[in-house]
Amino acid sequence: MPALPDLLFYAFAGLTLLFGFLCVANPLTRNPVTSAMFLVLTICSLAGLFVLLNAFFLAAVQVLVYAGAVMVLFLFVIMLLDLKEEERRQLNKVALGAGSVAVAVIAGILIKAVMSAKPAAEQLVEGTTKPLGRILFTQYLLPFEILSLLLLVAMVGVILLSKKELK
Amino acid sequence: MQVGLHHYLVVSALLFSLGLLGVLARRNLLVIYMGLELMLNAANLALVAFSRYNANLNGQVMVFFIITVAAAEVAVGLSLIVALYRKRQSAHVEDLTSLKL
Repeated sequence: MPALPDLLFYAFAGLTLLFGFLCVANPLTRNPVTSAMFLVLTICSLAGLFVLLNAFFLAAVQVLVYAGAVMVLFLFVIMLLDLKEEERRQLNKVALGAGSVAVAVIAGILIKAVMSAKPAAEQLVEGTTKPLGRILFTQYLLPFEILSLLLLVAMVGVILLSKKELK
Repeated sequence: MQVGLHHYLVVSALLFSLGLLGVLARRNLLVIYMGLELMLNAANLALVAFSRYNANLNGQVMVFFIITVAAAEVAVGLSLIVALYRKRQSAHVEDLTSLKL
């Protein structure tokens, strides 16, 4: 009988991959809203995996920023655009086959590379707010400030792009 | 078998492949964008797993930065898609061939 964290790992990993598959290649529907909803579920299962890896702060940020802010943005844009046409289009069978082969080869290469790596020593590190905040505001202070500048630039750029007419 | 670094890395590789499949197989710009998000998340998972099994918090700080940059990237990308849709009335990559020779 495996330990509980191992069982939880298999559960969350299976859910992540299942929802991820349903997000990109749902066999029943090609509605973008369905894809967005499955992306939310994928991200929430990933947050579960983060908790299992002791990255508690990142799990919270993942749910807040990705499943909250980013997905609301996605849904807004999906509902802003009229995407009814998507469901009437034919899938390009050749492109789908070639893409699947390429993806399978890349997955094989990645997994082979992972398996040939040496396992690291088992140690414990807790990604709670306190140690993460300490390292963020000492060692990584400059990248942190640059990041805030990047967010400002993105905000100004988005406002400029969404104006009615560009001058 | 004890769950270790390899397990997480395999999940990360599979998730990355799923995202790549979405980018290659789907023809809707928004769903392609969701595939990109999946690939970013797969990289995040690998970084957090490395951070956990090397007892080093730098990986988690990197993931924090990636999440922030991804949020900015999504905002800019989606506003570009909206601007494109206004001009061409389509969010379908097969309709966007004006750069084709």
